[in-house]
Amino acid sequence: MEDATPTTGRITQAQTLHEHIVEIVSDSGEGAQKAGQTFGSVCAKMGNGVWTVEIIPAEIQPPARSPAGASGIRIRLASHNVTNMGDEADLVVAFNEQVLYSRIANGAYKAGTVVLLEDKWREDPQEEIRKQYANSVAEFRANGLIVHELPIEKGCLEITPNPRRGKNMFVLGMLCHIYSRDADIAKAEIANTFRRKGDKVIGINHQMFDAGRRFAEEQVDLLYEIPARSPGELEGKRFMVTNGNTAVGLGVMAAGMELVSMYPITPATSASHYLADAFHQVGGFVHQAEDEIAAIAFALGSSYAGKTACTITSGPGLALKTENLALAVMAEIPLVLVLVQRGGPSTGLPTKVEQGDLLAALYGEPGDAPKVVFAAATIEECLHYVIVARRLAEAFRTPVLLLTDANLATGQQPYARPQPSVDWLAPPIDQSEWDETIPPFHWDETTGLSPRPIPGMPGGEYVLTGLAHTDRSKVAYDSESNQLGCNMRSRKLAALAGTLKPPEVHGDPQGDLLVVGWGSTLGAIEEAVDRARAEGHSVSSLHLRFLSPMEPGLKEIFQRFRKVMTVEINYSDDPTAPLITEETRRYAQLAWLLRAHTLIDVDCWSVVLGHPLQPGMIHGVLLQHLQKLKGDD
Amino acid sequence: MFGTKADWSLEVFERYFTIGDYAGGEARWCPGCGDHGVLTAVQKLLRDEQIMPEMTVAVSGIGCSSRLPHYMGTFGFHGLHGRALPVACGIKSRRPELDVWVATGDGDCFSIGTAHWIHAIRYNMDMVLMVFDNAIYGLTKAQTSPTSPLGMKTNTHPFGAIIANHNPLTVTLGITNVSFVAQVVDWSPPLLYEVLKAAHRHRGTSFVRIVQRCPVYAEAHIKQMQSDPNNVLLLKHADGIPVDKAVARQFPNQREHDPADLSSARDIAQDESVIPVGLLYHKPDAPCYEDLSSQGGYMTAEEKLAGLEAAFDAFTI
Repeated sequence: MEDATPTTGRITQAQTLHEHIVEIVSDSGEGAQKAGQTFGSVCAKMGNGVWTVEIIPAEIQPPARSPAGASGIRIRLASHNVTNMGDEADLVVAFNEQVLYSRIANGAYKAGTVVLLEDKWREDPQEEIRKQYANSVAEFRANGLIVHELPIEKGCLEITPNPRRGKNMFVLGMLCHIYSRDADIAKAEIANTFRRKGDKVIGINHQMFDAGRRFAEEQVDLLYEIPARSPGELEGKRFMVTNGNTAVGLGVMAAGMELVSMYPITPATSASHYLADAFHQVGGFVHQAEDEIAAIAFALGSSYAGKTACTITSGPGLALKTENLALAVMAEIPLVLVLVQRGGPSTGLPTKVEQGDLLAALYGEPGDAPKVVFAAATIEECLHYVIVARRLAEAFRTPVLLLTDANLATGQQPYARPQPSVDWLAPPIDQSEWDETIPPFHWDETTGLSPRPIPGMPGGEYVLTGLAHTDRSKVAYDSESNQLGCNMRSRKLAALAGTLKPPEVHGDPQGDLLVVGWGSTLGAIEEAVDRARAEGHSVSSLHLRFLSPMEPGLKEIFQRFRKVMTVEINYSDDPTAPLITEETRRYAQLAWLLRAHTLIDVDCWSVVLGHPLQPGMIHGVLLQHLQKLKGDD
Repeated sequence: MFGTKADWSLEVFERYFTIGDYAGGEARWCPGCGDHGVLTAVQKLLRDEQIMPEMTVAVSGIGCSSRLPHYMGTFGFHGLHGRALPVACGIKSRRPELDVWVATGDGDCFSIGTAHWIHAIRYNMDMVLMVFDNAIYGLTKAQTSPTSPLGMKTNTHPFGAIIANHNPLTVTLGITNVSFVAQVVDWSPPLLYEVLKAAHRHRGTSFVRIVQRCPVYAEAHIKQMQSDPNNVLLLKHADGIPVDKAVARQFPNQREHDPADLSSARDIAQDESVIPVGLLYHKPDAPCYEDLSSQGGYMTAEEKLAGLEAAFDAFTI
């Protein structure tokens, strides 16, 4: 077998590719993510489209060399804009063979995926490990992986006695050689990564990086070139690279909010980590509350006092916050709640990617609790939508829920760097005198909107209450007041809906199949639709941002297609499963809403595998449904 | 050279507030309920201290006690059961200039709101925390509260409360950064007024437990407490609550107690054979969380934009 022989890299002519998917997989704590993020930044700086996604074990210190402990990163780089993690990887650097098993189980590789594998295990003092290693390599090859066994650690030992530190930069050097990356850009990125650790540490990491480049040049027979995006895509634009949670944090700052009140929960917390580090630059403060309930109540206190606050959480946190959310609706308190969705209660797999909280976000509260709910579909939107959320919250005197998910939270991508504007910032709080004849809920009966007195306004004194109340905020036990209050709070959503534009269809405005998505699946759905369209199929897609109120014109758009279906990452019954009939089938969450909203027989396809949807997977589903439509003809 | 008369004799109409400026809706507590006296004391104190009504916020949870904001003429926040404290802390976090009063009860604070009570004491934000403790759930009609004494008959324990009551004083005195702990009984209006005045003047979270009467659901409990004036122990000290002759006559059972002495305060709190009233503990200089949480509130839009540019630059490629 050709690939079993030691490789001798003397290739000088790089093969030009349009895109590649690279993974670095290691035990936890070996720095694979740092190497991959640096590699992604280098690619972005060189003008590539990039998407990086972290591979995170559920445990903090899982045992070494275990499939469950696989920790690492995937980098998809291309000569065009990249919007999702893609399908199977093309090249993998693995620090040991065991961690590859978890990736194989996730379908991350295909026949022909190149594996650059640390070979020190072949000579391990423990016979058990030597056996495991040899068996695995044989198994991988039998399954079509192209395994290059490489003395990576030995290469590191030539530079440092402790290869655990710096091995990741050695691997970064290897990748930078293989993908013809600019070494100066890479070294600048390394210096930036370690800027807080001092010049000595930067110097050692630069040495490791150079050694890795030489090593790949001498020992690996691979040399690729992935040209930058077209100048048109890049021209005149400045880009920034963040993940979605950092983008949320930047959005909070850009919105001029001064307080984030939170309680730690995966995968939401890293947004607050970022803010804890940077918020003071714009005069803000992160309050880590004693629990999820206190986190939202504290935010409501600040909002009530005129400083609209933000609370950031994930599904179980939302469940704990529901009563306060209902209070915010009832008492018309502005609030921004960012919900970084996941899969369910507890920990472990439920902390992974899922769009599981849409219905809970819309209907989780006791009684009627109309509020604004919208979802970001890209990392860039994570930033901009927080700014929109604060403005909506204040203009409509209501809590606003912004939904993202673990896929956006940890994915990284270059996007246009916005130019901060003073218009984004919250205005200074109004302390002017309040006309005492105007009640604290001076509802415009057409829109439900009303101005809000803020503590400190002379004449504005009123007692906010979570109870049913009159326009004077007096506790009401009479039927008419309760009906009127409910009308007014609901009316606001209709008023907002009147300002929204109908969504744009991606692809032809009519045809056989329309795929409707929401949230982080945008990139994967559109890539799958584009593939199917290139193959001649009549399929389009539509991606919703607003979910409460719904964007206008959906029924009219849906009627232009023979079939409408949603693609989502939350649970629905497979219609072919035992006992599942038209009567018993439980639909995916957006499908459920759209069926009620449009009275159209919207179908769905959804899975809960704990990872982002991939374009290849969706493409296959579209073809099946298109096939079925043909069969119906 | 001294200007005309009009320059120096301009009349400045200072705002002067009367009790009426602090009065809201008519109080709807039951006749004989101890809550009425607390409301009166708070309104009188605000008047005496001339606090601007628009700068005052009364925050409450749910329960009889939590009706208080509705009877005030100030701003108010009548929120959720158990959640008055995090709301009050949030109000204070970015608006430290507001004068915040919290009205809560034994169920609201010591049961459903326990976590917030513990942590609010630790945050020590400047507010008066009044716990109206009548040892019973009143609004939901006579269920056992965390401070209902063992054996007290209620609708949830018709044969008598089956576990011993919680001791809110020992708990509060055990919390890190506790800065002000006082107790008073509602049937001594002058002492109640003085305790609230000291609490309001203290910078930090002033925990005031008001042992208070529910004549509808806990009459026997009150009768037992009021049966002998010696059931109450009046704490006296130069640094404590000023005691006038009438109060001294009302509570003949007295002892000296230095409110700086935490360990002695804990001993007094531990002894449940009497109801100590007065100032148990006072630490005037404990750090207040709003000094941290409100930082940066002065920033101009230009400064914020500069900070934002720097934040974006850190990720710009």
